[in-house]
Formats: sequence, structure tokens, C-alpha cells
Amino acid sequence: MPKVALFIPCFVDQLTPQIGVDMTAVLRRVGYEVTFPKDQTCCGQPGFNSGYWDDARPLAERFLRVFRDAETIVCPSGSCTTMVRIFYPQLLAGAAHETEAREIGKRVFEFSEFLVKVAKVTDVGASFPHRVTYHDACHALRELHLKQEPRQLLQAVRGIELVEMPFSEECCGFGGTFSTKFSAISAAMGETKAGNAAQSCAEFITSTDPSCLLQIDGILRHKKSPVSTIHIGSILAQTGDAGGAR
Amino acid sequence: MTTAAQDFLRNAAVKSADLIHRKTIRNSIDHYDSAVVRGRARFQNWEAAREKCQAIKRDGIEHLDRYLEEFESKVNARGGQVFWAENGEQARQYIAALAAKHNVRTISKSKSMVAEEIHLTAALEGKGIEVFETDLGEFIVQLRKEPPYHIVTPAMHLTRGQIAELFKEKLGGIETDDPSMLVAAARAALRRAFFSAEMGITGANFLVADQGLAAISTNEGNADLGVTLPRIHLVLAGIEKVIPRMQDLAILWPVLAASGTGQPITCYNTLVGGPRGANETAGPEEFHVVLLDNGRSELLADPEQREVLHCIRCGACLNACPVYRNVGGHTYNTAYPGPIGSVLTPHLRGLNQFQHLSYASSLCGACTEACPVKIDLHHHLLENRRNAVSDADRPLGERIAFKLWGWSMGGASRFAFLGGVGKFLLRALYGLGIEGTAIDPLRPWTKYRAVPKLAAESFRARWSKNHAVE
Repeated sequence: MPKVALFIPCFVDQLTPQIGVDMTAVLRRVGYEVTFPKDQTCCGQPGFNSGYWDDARPLAERFLRVFRDAETIVCPSGSCTTMVRIFYPQLLAGAAHETEAREIGKRVFEFSEFLVKVAKVTDVGASFPHRVTYHDACHALRELHLKQEPRQLLQAVRGIELVEMPFSEECCGFGGTFSTKFSAISAAMGETKAGNAAQSCAEFITSTDPSCLLQIDGILRHKKSPVSTIHIGSILAQTGDAGGAR
Repeated sequence: MTTAAQDFLRNAAVKSADLIHRKTIRNSIDHYDSAVVRGRARFQNWEAAREKCQAIKRDGIEHLDRYLEEFESKVNARGGQVFWAENGEQARQYIAALAAKHNVRTISKSKSMVAEEIHLTAALEGKGIEVFETDLGEFIVQLRKEPPYHIVTPAMHLTRGQIAELFKEKLGGIETDDPSMLVAAARAALRRAFFSAEMGITGANFLVADQGLAAISTNEGNADLGVTLPRIHLVLAGIEKVIPRMQDLAILWPVLAASGTGQPITCYNTLVGGPRGANETAGPEEFHVVLLDNGRSELLADPEQREVLHCIRCGACLNACPVYRNVGGHTYNTAYPGPIGSVLTPHLRGLNQFQHLSYASSLCGACTEACPVKIDLHHHLLENRRNAVSDADRPLGERIAFKLWGWSMGGASRFAFLGGVGKFLLRALYGLGIEGTAIDPLRPWTKYRAVPKLAAESFRARWSKNHAVE
């Protein structure tokens, strides 16, 4: 059985662990043995994005160490995957691990990217009889160039009605520390996103990225909207045997 | 925090919550977006066009010294004069001295962002000279005594009704909100300015090195009147505007138009390079070019961000930016707002004072995607942030916070323990009903958003308990 190592973003580990559980179930269903390198913590993105490259660098080196023996790494976040694949080479340029930093990017995959491009499956045997709209997470879309992969997976789900919202590629406004440093701007962007999603009359907003969903969910519940968010992994984990989606 | 940062935060919060503003800008940019989709579709291969423009601008910037001297010698050969201004002060002094020498009382000025950068109009008005903005949008914001809202569409934030009100008040007795009548009223006012002006000032979209010509594009023909009618014509341009060859315009003009407004090409594209020739019937008696450095040489010396000088000021990144759309052009309080301004301003006016602009971004990358010369804008924001941490004053609390963060993520058991403690404390506090109140430690989040439902157990805890995690 081929093996994959889970890369669970720190905030998913602490705040939304069900996403990791659901992703594990899907990966096993399509025939992978799943491991979880327990020494993992954070990829370093919050510090890197805030300009604290010296504080982020040891965490990047730590990540390289923890995942050194993993042949394939799968992550339920386009953003954390981007940190490793796109930004590690820049963060570790000129450092001892520069070559390794360039190399690991070829082994780390965002979850939907992994399923479609590596495992070569689009139908994972899921069932989710709901009206769903997909939000293009910025890092997944513009750094990893994933546009069709998550949609292909969703379209193959039984019972799903996948609808496009207007401006699906517009940022939700999360942006890490931006969401609290510039909370008014971030919230205005989130409200715009939630409004666009509402126009699609979907019951659920899904995405590759739990951080976008954190933001969108926060806005929706603050406004007492009936619309819910759900990670793509949690949709793909539904087989129709276990009852409700939430 | 610097005053510029405090002003930005305050004004951004006000504008972001202004739903009328949000709607006006959305409508305007929706129009722009659909025009640009059509504009790009006219190219057989838009990506190839971007790459070509990027290569031309790179050539221009990499050999800036040579091309500028070539430009200068061609202009001189035609009897024009070129002044190299190291900074805004030198440029303003040169222009004011020229105006004084010729007893200039009135100047017709076409759109120039460099003039905004060096606050030229205010300086000339201080010398008792009347300066008329002749671009319609600029004319409108000048009547309102406010800076341009956008580098291409300066009055984008105004509705027809607001412009009608303004004209009624300022142009005397015009009672209409019909767009063609409003334009006619502005034209009548501007014709008087054109015919009375002794000096015309224009910007330049490109400086063509091999011909020694300044290329000026407008949709209203106002620059052409400013070039032709007054006795003196002065072109004010940043040194980065230089391009190697005339033939480069064949791709730069349509790409600029497609990105700026979605047009196939801008309506009026004029090349000027000297005073009226011996056998010519029109044109100025004197022709001057002011080449402004004002920090650009320092940017040129930075290999990481040198490409920021490739910018052709099309405004596409502003329109694409969700932050710009919410906070609006004026909130930036810089000559160049939006993503290009956030990248560029720290280089022109100091990182310490303008570092906040590089943080005021979700790093979504829509700007980079929109840029017709492929400037890696959002990644440059990351570099500016890194430079801010190493070279500027970041708040001490933030520096300590990231040290603590680095330490707490330095070990898996440490991270798991602290995560658990954090959630326990938050649950306890929220049990007291403080969520969303002024003493909520997560106030910047909960002011606008609900907190996530906190999971009872972390992923790693579940994995350890039951390796199967079913």
C-alpha cells in the first residue's frame, strides 16, 4: 500500500481537527496508508508573512527534519503547502538547507491536488446531497494554480449540486495576522465574500483552505446567516452512511 | 505606530464600513472588469504580450543610464532641453524658475502622477500661478480640492449626481446631470484655460530613447492641446519611463490600453520631442523635459525589487485589489495608491513611515495576476515586511510575540501543551460571557466575526488515542 504523511496545519490541529480526521478517511478509502509524523508543529508561515524571517527559519528547518523521510506529504491547506513549496526556497536561500528546501516542494501536496494529480482519482465515493459553492483560496489558486482540481472532486460527489458564486476568485480577507491587524478591512472583504456566496443560494461554502473557512464562517455566524462552511475534505469524507453533514 | 499608519488605520476603518462607497467602487470596477476581459481577448496571446512588455521594460531599466543619455541627446539635437532632477525640490525649482522667466501666469496641465508625487501644483500655486488640470477626472477632483482617487480614473469615487452638484456650485449656473451636458460645461471652462495658458505641462507614459520622443496617451486629447497651444511645453517624467525603441510602442500602447481601460488603444497617442521646427506651423517655442529620480536610483540598486520600476501606471493592480476597493484611493494618502503604491512608497518616502502599507494586504496576489508587465507585487510586499522587521521600528510587543511564537512552535509537546492551555483559558473566559465585549482578548477578531467552535481534542491527541482515527 502506498504511504502518505499527513501535514496538519497547527491551527487545524488545535481548532478544527475534524478536517484532519476526514482527510485521513478519504486517503485511506482511495488506498493509501496514512502516517502522522508527531513531531510536526507549524510550518512557520505566520512569522514569515509578518516579516519575522529569522524567527520563521528554525521552524522551516524543523519541518524539513520532521518530514525528511516522508516520500509524499499531504496537507489540507493550499496556504501551508504554498509556504513549504513556494516560500521555503526563498526563506532558506543561502542557508545550509537550501537544496533540501527546494526539493521538499516536489513532495508536498495540497489535498485536492494530491488526489487529482498524484493519486489520479476524482471520484472518491462520496455522497453529499446539498447545494455547495466553492471558494477559490488565494494561495491554492494563484500560487499552486489549482482551479479545476477541487471542482473535479466535488463534481464527482453523489447528490451534490455544485454552483459557482460571482467573483469566486476574490479574496475572503483572512490573510493571517492581517485579519486582526486590519480587522475592519478584513471584515469588509469577508462580508463581500459572504454576500457573493449568498447569491449562489448554496447551503454550504467549501474550499481547500481551513483558514479562509475560519474567516467566512466567523462572518456568517456573526451575521447569523443560515449558510455553513465545510472543508472539501469533510465533504469528500461523507459516504452517505453516517447521516448529517455537520 | 507612525502618524501615517494611525491615519491609515482610522480612515480605512471608516471607509471599509461605508456601504455606499463600497457599492460605487464595485459598480465602477465591474464596468472596468468586463471591458478588460474584452480588451485582453483581443490579443492572440495575452500571456505572451505580458512577457514581451516585461522584457522591453527590463531592457529599459537594466540599461537605464545608456537609454536616458540617448534620449537626452536626441531631444537636445532638436533644440529641446533636458533637466535631471535628483529630487522633487530640484524639479519644482526648475519648473518655477522657468515659469518666472517667461512671466507665466497660467498653466494648462494634463495628468501626471509624478506631478502628484512632487506636489507640483501646490508649489506653483504658491508662486501665484494658476494651474488648470485639463484631464476631466483631474479637473473634477481639483474643483473638489482633493487628490486623485486613482492613478488612471481620478474621479472614480464620484457619482454623476455628485459631479452635477459640484459643477452647479463651481462652474456657475449649470443645472443638469446629463453626462454630455456636464462634459460640455467642463470643456467650455477648459477651453478658456487652454487658450490663456503660457505654459503646458504634461506627463509622459513612455520616453522613447532611440527617437528622443515622449509618448503621451490620453482619451480626451487634452495633452495635445497643452502641447500645441502654449508657448512653452514641459514634460515631467520619472526616469523609469524610458523604453529602448520606437517599435516597442507597438505592443506597449495596446497593452497599456487593455489594462488601463480595456480599450484597444487609447484615443490620443502623441509623440513629442522638441520645440516647433523651422518649417512647422504649430508647437511650442520652447520644449523642456524634467527627468525625476526622487529615490528611483536607490530602487534600481536593489536587485530584489528593481522590477518595480517596470510599472507602466495602468492602474490594473488597484482595480484588482480587494483592499483598495474597500479602503478607497484616498486612504493611502500617497501619490500612488493600491498595491503598486504599497510596494513603491516605502522606497520613495521611507520604509519606517510607510511600512504599514505593506502589512495592509491579505497577500492574495490578485495584483500580480493583473499586472501587464508581470511585477511580482505581492511577493514584494513580503520583502518589504521582512525589511521592516530588520530595518524599521516594529512594535516591541510584536517582536516579543513572534519570539514567543517561535519558541512555542519549537517542540511538539510544548505546542500541544500551550494549545491546550490556550483553549482552556479561552473557554473559561468565554464561560464568563465576555465574547465580543471590549475586554475580549480576541476583540480584533470578534468585533466582526464569531470565534470558531473550539474542538474538545486536538488532532494529535485523537491520533495518539486511536491510531486509526475513525
